[in-house]
Parts: sequence; C-alpha cells; structure tokens
Amino acid sequence: MKTVIIDYGSGNLHSAAKAFERAAKDFKIKADIVVSNRPEALEKAERIVLPGVGAFKDCYEGLLAIEGLREALQEQVITKGKPILGICVGMQIMATRGLEHEVTKGLGWIAGDVKPIAPSDPTLKIPHMGWNTIKPTSQHALLDGIATGDAGLHAYFVHSYHMEPTLPEDLIATSDYACEITAMVGYDNIVGTQFHPEKSQTLGLALIANFLRWRP
Amino acid sequence: MLKARLIPCLDVKDGRVVKGVNFVNLVDAGDPVECAKAYDAAGADELCFLDITATHENRGTMFDVVKRTAEACFMPLTVGGGVRKLDDIRNLLLSGADKVSINSAAVSDRQFVKAAAKKFGSQCIVVAIDAKEISLGRFEIFTHGGRKETGINAVDFAREVASLGAGEILLTSMDRDGTGQGFNIALTRAIADAVKIPVIASGGVGTLDHLVEGIRDGHATAVLAASIFHFGTFKIAEAKAHMAANGIPMRLVTGA
Repeated sequence: MKTVIIDYGSGNLHSAAKAFERAAKDFKIKADIVVSNRPEALEKAERIVLPGVGAFKDCYEGLLAIEGLREALQEQVITKGKPILGICVGMQIMATRGLEHEVTKGLGWIAGDVKPIAPSDPTLKIPHMGWNTIKPTSQHALLDGIATGDAGLHAYFVHSYHMEPTLPEDLIATSDYACEITAMVGYDNIVGTQFHPEKSQTLGLALIANFLRWRP
Repeated sequence: MLKARLIPCLDVKDGRVVKGVNFVNLVDAGDPVECAKAYDAAGADELCFLDITATHENRGTMFDVVKRTAEACFMPLTVGGGVRKLDDIRNLLLSGADKVSINSAAVSDRQFVKAAAKKFGSQCIVVAIDAKEISLGRFEIFTHGGRKETGINAVDFAREVASLGAGEILLTSMDRDGTGQGFNIALTRAIADAVKIPVIASGGVGTLDHLVEGIRDGHATAVLAASIFHFGTFKIAEAKAHMAANGIPMRLVTGA
C-alpha cells in the first residue's frame, strides 16, 4: 500500500519520509513510502501526506506552481475520498483562507481562516515553539492509543498562526498557550495536525502509524 | 501547557564529536550520530550540532552527519557553525536539519537574516548571539569565539534580528562560557525581555540550578548545555526532574 508524501518545495521531506518508514516498521504495518511531486503518483497512492513549512501564501503558491497538482489533489481527496494528512502549514492551506501578511485563498477543504495566535499572557513568546500536550475535543482514529491531556504525551509545535475552523465539529484537538490553539482538525477522510508528528517522538510515531492504518 | 526545553549541544569537527561524550554503552563516543541517538533516547527536547570544522573542504562531512541523524532521531535538530550563504542553509535543511543557526554572518550582514527568513521561513532561522557584559548592564556582541569585540549593543542587535525575521535567538554568555558558573542572568533577561521570539540561554552551565535560573530568572524559554551532559556529570532525566521540582514546566522523560 502506497503512501505519497507530496514534495512541492516546502521543506525537507527526507526526515519526514524516514519517520513514516520508522512508524511502519515499529508498528508492523506494510507501507511503501514515496516522496513525489507528480500528479500521477497520487493516482496510485492509497494515502497522501501534505507537509508544509514557511508562510501560508508561499506554501500554497508552491503547490499551485506544480502543474496539475492542485487538480490531482482535489480529485483524489475530495472526489475519491483518499485519506490525507496535512502537517503544519500543509494543514493550514486546507482552510478557506489564510490571513498571514495578506488574505490568501487556500484549498478550501476545511471551512475556516488561518489567523495569528493570540495568547492572553503578553509575556508568552511567538512563535509557539516547543513541546505541548494536546486535548481531544472529539474522538479520532489518529489518536487511538495515545495518552492525551495534561499528563499525556507531548507534540512538537512551531508556528505563529493556526486554523480557526468555522464548524466546531471539524476541531479534533486543541493545545493551551494562554489561548486555545488548534492542534488537529478534520472530517471524513481529511485530517491535519498543527504540530509536527515527524518530530514528536513517541506521540508522533504512534499518530503516523494510526494514519497508515486509518480507514475513514 | 508549553514546556521549557532542554537542549544538549555537540561540537562537531570534521564529522567527529570534539572531546567525545562520556556515555556508557555507546559504541562510538566520537560519532555524532551515536551521541544524538543516545540523547534522543534520554529524552532531550531538541539537539544542537555546532560545526567547528575549520576548512571549507571538510564541511561536506557535516551534511552526512545531519542526514544520518535525521534518519534516526525524530526530534528537532538545529545546526550551526560557518553558515554564511543561503546555499549553506539550503544544504543543511536538505540534509535534514530543522533549524539553522547563523552567527557571525548575521553580525557582518543583517540583511542576510532577512533574506534567509524570507527564503526558508522564520521557523528555521536561529540567530546565535555571543555577548559579554562589558560594564554593569551594558552588553556587547563579540565574534571569533569571544575574542573580537564589535561595539554592537547586544539588546539592540537582538531586537533588530527579530524584526528582520529570525525565529529564535541562541544567546551565549561569552563571559561565562566554559566557566561552569552559570548563565549571565542579567544579559539573558535583558535580551529575553526585549524580543517577542523565544530565547535559548547558553554558556556557563555547571550545576542543575543554573538551568533553573536561566528559565526562571533569565526568562529564557529553553536552556542549552554541553559539557555537563557529555562528561556524564548529569543525565538529561535528572536535569529535567530538577527543573520540574523547581516549578518549571518540563516534558518529563517518563512517557515523554
């Protein structure tokens, strides 16, 4: 079963691919991890991963710059319902709009805007960088078997913006940073994490394994 | 709740760890990848490699070290040392570094910080500031391992690089580095309070209380240390437990 990590010039995917291979090995899942930017690779994929770093606009424009990629994603994810995991800015560009620097349209899969995080404590640093716990707001297969809450496992975050989904039911998990941070969003076959599972050690590898087994 | 970060740092020269790391059960204590794996297993929150390779020709070995580390450790990795061009940053990121730290190149050309942040995103651009307290409450930037003074006010410089797009500051108290007497807390606090971005305190850690002071009194969000861990004086778990016992929110090693 093939999982394609989309390479559209946003960050290094070598270590991300290694994390997926490691999760598959540790959890004894048969998975063929491929890094590609070819729209036709998505056709053969059973699962898709959309990573992303940097600014919303640059990231989304990088995706649009690869001919046919946006259309292929739309076809495989929306029409065919293949499971997709968006990571960090890869998750953010699934929103209707990004409000970083200027208003930019996103893929529009998840109703909502990507806005600056606004902790009520002014001494807190921006970006929200480091290890934080996550709190599920609803049950999700990607969190199966993962200890969450204040005494749970930690996820690695580095971001100054986050998605505010319009529909409360699209929220899956939050984190606390003197404000509610959107940690996970999604519905049906679409899921996204603001944190980096590929950098989140125990929690990250378990979540990736859950994604590789996920049958939404 | 966001936790304070504890970051061990390894000095790497020509692809080998300088001075070695005094861990038991390490197959090759001079191999940075082996050391990184040990720190990963020990529950370090991030890792930092400082490349002190003197010649340009040998710098390529660092890319291989970074690549092999990124394949084995699923935690954030910062790499610094000799970063002068956008291509240096690109090559390190492509090798698997999550963040790249810029030191003297930021002092000699501030616009390099701006160009780097624009090209690769603030999240991966760390500016390393080496500073000394030259008179009470006056902090200045030094380069060349603390030997060369620049006359640049460290607090002003920190504000400037933050506004140019640096995502984080790695602040070394040069007057304390290697002394084991603890961070210069006045310096750390002056910089941490002046900028909105996270500050990593570095230089001078000799006891576990120093780590506590860096966060509690210096207002840093992360602390970096080298020798106390390499020489086996303290373990990562022990350091984190001590910080937590002193009221600092930590990601404790049990469970992680």
